Amino acid sequence: MNYITASSGIIQGKVSKNGQQLFENKDAGASDFLLSVYQHFSLNYPKFYKMDNLSKLGWLASEVLLRDSFDQSKYQPGEVGLVLANRNSSLDDDIKYYETVKDIASPSLFVYTLPNIVIGEICIRNGFKGEHAFYIREHFDAAFIAGQVNYLLDNNILRACICGWVDILGDEYKAVLFLVEKQKSDNAVPFSAENMNVVFD
Amino acid sequence: MNKMDRDVFVVADNVFTPLGKTTTENFGNLLEGRSAVKQHADRAISAQPFFASLFDKGTFPENDHYTKFEQVLIASITDALKQSGLKAPDQENILILSSTKGNVSLLETEKHSPELNERISLSASAKLIAKHFGLVNQPIVVSNACVSGVVAIIAAMRLLRTGQHENAIIAGADTISRFILSGFESFQALSPGICKPFDKHRNGLNLGEGAGTIILSANQKYSGNTRVLGGGISNDANHISGPSRTGKELSFAIDQALKDAGVTAEDIGFISAHGTATPYNDEMEANAIALSGLESVPLNSLKANYGHTLGAAGLIESIVSVQSLKEGLVLPTLGFEERGVSRPVNVAKSISKITKSNFLKTASGFGGCNAAIVFGK
Repeated sequence: MNYITASSGIIQGKVSKNGQQLFENKDAGASDFLLSVYQHFSLNYPKFYKMDNLSKLGWLASEVLLRDSFDQSKYQPGEVGLVLANRNSSLDDDIKYYETVKDIASPSLFVYTLPNIVIGEICIRNGFKGEHAFYIREHFDAAFIAGQVNYLLDNNILRACICGWVDILGDEYKAVLFLVEKQKSDNAVPFSAENMNVVFD
Repeated sequence: MNKMDRDVFVVADNVFTPLGKTTTENFGNLLEGRSAVKQHADRAISAQPFFASLFDKGTFPENDHYTKFEQVLIASITDALKQSGLKAPDQENILILSSTKGNVSLLETEKHSPELNERISLSASAKLIAKHFGLVNQPIVVSNACVSGVVAIIAAMRLLRTGQHENAIIAGADTISRFILSGFESFQALSPGICKPFDKHRNGLNLGEGAGTIILSANQKYSGNTRVLGGGISNDANHISGPSRTGKELSFAIDQALKDAGVTAEDIGFISAHGTATPYNDEMEANAIALSGLESVPLNSLKANYGHTLGAAGLIESIVSVQSLKEGLVLPTLGFEERGVSRPVNVAKSISKITKSNFLKTASGFGGCNAAIVFGK
C-alpha cells in the first residue's frame, strides 16, 4: 500500500495545500498571479523568473506540496521521481516562442517548448534524479496515473513520487500535485484513483 | 526487484523514413551506408540552406482529415499491423503514441483560434488515429522530449507485464517545420553538413523526419521472438538544455535497465546510442557508457543516416537494432572517423558480427531526461 502524504493545488487564482486554502488573488492574469504566489510564499529562487508559465505553475505547486511535508533526508536522489500529465502540452509557450520566430527566434523560449521541462525544473530545484514521465491526456485520468505510480513504488524503482496534473493555456490554469510515499505519515490517505479525484474535483 | 512474470515479445515493426517505407527497406539502405540527410533550401522552413532528412514534397498529399504528422504515423502503423496479423479493434490492444511536437506546424499556417488549439493537441491526433484503425481503448500519449520513444516502449512493456493489456502498438513520429528548425538554429545546435557522432570534428546535429512502430505482445505464441527485457529512466537534475557533465545519471538509467532485464554488462552485444553529434551529448554519453562498464561494447549512432527524429528516434533506432540482432550484424556509425570523446568507447566504424544475444538502446534529451532499454533473444 502507498500513501498520499500531501497534496497541493493552484487553480484559477487560488492556492491550497491538503485541502486548505493558503492564498487567493482572483483578479490577476496568469503571469501576474504566478508572480504573486512566488512573492506570497517568500520564495527565493532566481531561476523562477526565466521559466515559462507551465514551469512556473508546476514548480510553485511542487514548492507548496513539499514545504513542511517532505523529509528529503530519508531518500537517495534516484529514489524520488515524477509522473505528470496535462491537456495542452507546452502550447502556451509554443505560441509565445513562435511569435519570436518572425523576428529573432528566442532560444530561451524555445527550450520551454516541451512539456517535460517542468519536471526538469522541479528535479533541478530538489536534486531528484529518479524516473519521470510526462503524458498528454485529454482529461485528468487518476486511474492511469495511479497505475503508473504504483508500478514504480511497488517495484522499488522509486520510494517517493510526485504525481498529478499541470496544465496552462493563456489565463486558464490548473495544477494539482500529490506526494506519494510508501510510508504512512500523519493525515496520510491511501493512494488511490478515488482519493486523487476527491482532491482534483 | 519484484519483476512481474509475463515476458514481452516483439511481434512486428515498421520504420517509415525518407530511407524507406518498411523496416526491411530501411535496414537494406543502412547496410549500404546510405544517408537521407542532405542540403535543403526551403524558405518556408528556414531563411538559410540547412542539412536535414526530410520526406520528398508530395509524399503526403494535402488531406482535409489528417495532417502530415498523422499521415506519417498512419502509414507506419498500417504496415506494422499488416505484418503482425493482429486485428486492431481487439479489446486486448493498447495504442501508445510518442511525439515531441506533433502538429505544432499548424501554428505556422493556420489562423489562431480555440479550435486550432484543440486540433494541435496530441490527444486530438491520438483520437483520430485510434479511430482510423478502430482501436477501442483510449490511447496513451508520451511527450518527454527526445527520450519519448524509449519511454513509450518501457511504458508498454510494463502494461503487458502486469497483464493490463495483451498487446501494445507503440508508434512515434515527428515532422520538421519552421518551428522546430528555427529553435535548433537559435541554439546553434545544427551541423553545417552531415553530422559526425562521437567524432573529433563533430559540430552539431541534423534534424530528421520519420515514424517508427513496434508491436509488442505478452502472448506466449510469440515466445520465439526478440524480447523487451527491461528499462530504466532517470533525470540529471542539472540543467534544462545541457546534459550532465559526468554521465552518472544516464549510467544510473542503464544500470536500472540491465538490472530490470536480469542481465549484466557482459551480456550486451552492442549499444544503439543516442549520439546526436553535439559536443556535450556525445561526451556525456561516452562517460555514462564507461561508468556502466560498457566501454568495450561496440556502439553505433544512426543520426548521420536519419538525423535526429526526435519523438520517433527511440522507436526507429530500437527497431533497426532489433533487425540488427536478427541479422547478427552491428551497423556502423556513419560520419564517424576519429574518436572525439574522453572515454575510449568502441564506436563501430564498419559492419561487424554480433556475438551476444542482447542489445542496449540509450537516449537523452532536454529537461535532463535519460532512458535506456534492453532487448534480447
